[in-house]
Amino acid sequence: MPSQARLDLPRQEPEAFAASDLAHVQSGPRTRRLMAARLPQRALLLGPALLLLVWEAASRLGWLSPDTLSAPSQALLTGYRMLADGSLLPHLLASAARAYSGLLLGLVAGVALALVAGLTRSGEALIDGLVQVKRAIPTLALIPLAIVWLGIGEEMKVFLIAISVFVPIYINTHAALRGIDIGHVELAQTLHLSRREFIAKVALPGALPGFFVGLRLAVSLCWTALVVLELVNTQTGIGYLMNRARDWGQTDVIVVGILIYAWLGLLSDAVVRAIEARVLRYRRTA
Amino acid sequence: MSRHVAGTPGSIRVQRFSRSFGGKTVLDKLDLEVEPGQFIALLGESGSGKTTLLRALAGLDPQPGASGRIAVEGNVSVLFQDARLLPWLSVIDNLTLGLEARVAAPAARQLLQEVGLGEQQQAWPATLSGGQKQRAALARSLLRDPHVLLADEPFGALDALTRMRMHGLLFRLIERVRPTVILVTHDVDEALLLADRILVLKAGRIADDHAVPLPHPRRADHPGFMSLRQGLLHSLGVETAA
Repeated sequence: MPSQARLDLPRQEPEAFAASDLAHVQSGPRTRRLMAARLPQRALLLGPALLLLVWEAASRLGWLSPDTLSAPSQALLTGYRMLADGSLLPHLLASAARAYSGLLLGLVAGVALALVAGLTRSGEALIDGLVQVKRAIPTLALIPLAIVWLGIGEEMKVFLIAISVFVPIYINTHAALRGIDIGHVELAQTLHLSRREFIAKVALPGALPGFFVGLRLAVSLCWTALVVLELVNTQTGIGYLMNRARDWGQTDVIVVGILIYAWLGLLSDAVVRAIEARVLRYRRTA
Repeated sequence: MSRHVAGTPGSIRVQRFSRSFGGKTVLDKLDLEVEPGQFIALLGESGSGKTTLLRALAGLDPQPGASGRIAVEGNVSVLFQDARLLPWLSVIDNLTLGLEARVAAPAARQLLQEVGLGEQQQAWPATLSGGQKQRAALARSLLRDPHVLLADEPFGALDALTRMRMHGLLFRLIERVRPTVILVTHDVDEALLLADRILVLKAGRIADDHAVPLPHPRRADHPGFMSLRQGLLHSLGVETAA
């Protein structure tokens, strides 16, 4: 029986119960661990892998009809075929163009308004309440108005993506600017920084971590918003492909679409995290 | 105590200064005069108003609830208990923050050499040890050639050995510029090792004002040291058997 277990917590035992507890600890076979140890990244794949396995098995054993849900292997095959015959790429590019132009617009607007609201009192009075109201309205509820204003073309879709990604970017950047370390403000005062120096050297760099939190939410959100919007009058895009597949009962194509969204979401998140790690590299201690 | 002409850089004059927080008076009609170049240690129990006084002197207390006059003449530098380096600026950029970087850089490099951080000029603050960070903060405050250096327990968070080295370093560095120093501390020995004059703050006023006529460098086994130490501990309400 192992007599020693790792204890990750700092051991600061008050003297009061050290004597009685020491005896207990020594006689007991192991010390209790209060927090689960950290898993290696790869271990997180266990759940998804198991799900795929059960899904595939259920399809092969005939418990899951292809009309309900096609097997993952079949979906992969279909995806490969669509990629090879060139029928997938135009749709992927059309979707990406919508998602990322919306993201770009929302990003610019979110950052600009967060700066105005975060750095000036009148800006905060004007903007922050409005954004909180916008936040309470689901983007999908704005689709009818957006169609009236902008028609059913690309502008409407990009606009709706932009206003949905704008919210997390604004909220997180603004909160980070407002939550600036008071110690840093005092330091800036004692060093007699000008307002411009303060914003450039203290306030903005201090808000970057918050901005990145918002950006990570935004990159996954821009794809989420897209799915719904591509059901409205489109002849291109992943959402259109999936919608058409529904009409034709092609569950394998629907699964391909779902997998593409998952993959794009994860990929976008990984890219933002890589940029974040580079920009915030000063946080590393070694 | 001799009178000096008001307005001499490095002089400090506090007249009937009071400060209260929500009805609780922390500083009560406090009077203080400091001559340029004096090294003052400010002792007192927790809650006696040391930090409040220092923050008022530093101009970091613009709140209502204060009355009286405070005049601090000349350039003022503040040394905080935490080093307060901006984590996104390299060590040297932290030093020259707020100054014309190109002009200040040579002096900053020189100072970093003197505090033993010559190799860490381009390092991120997160990679420095606690003592190194505080040395960088000390270099930052002295780079501005202050007439007055206000230090709020700057060595409080450091281990005993590092603290002893910091005492020597601080003393060496200020010897040249000779700023007026106000050092808030609750370490009686630290006060005795460094200060020309030790003030004990009690109930919002200066309860005791001890001159420390010992020569530098000081050692704790100097005969005058122990008797002064006894006097100070008595002022602070600590009775010792020895």
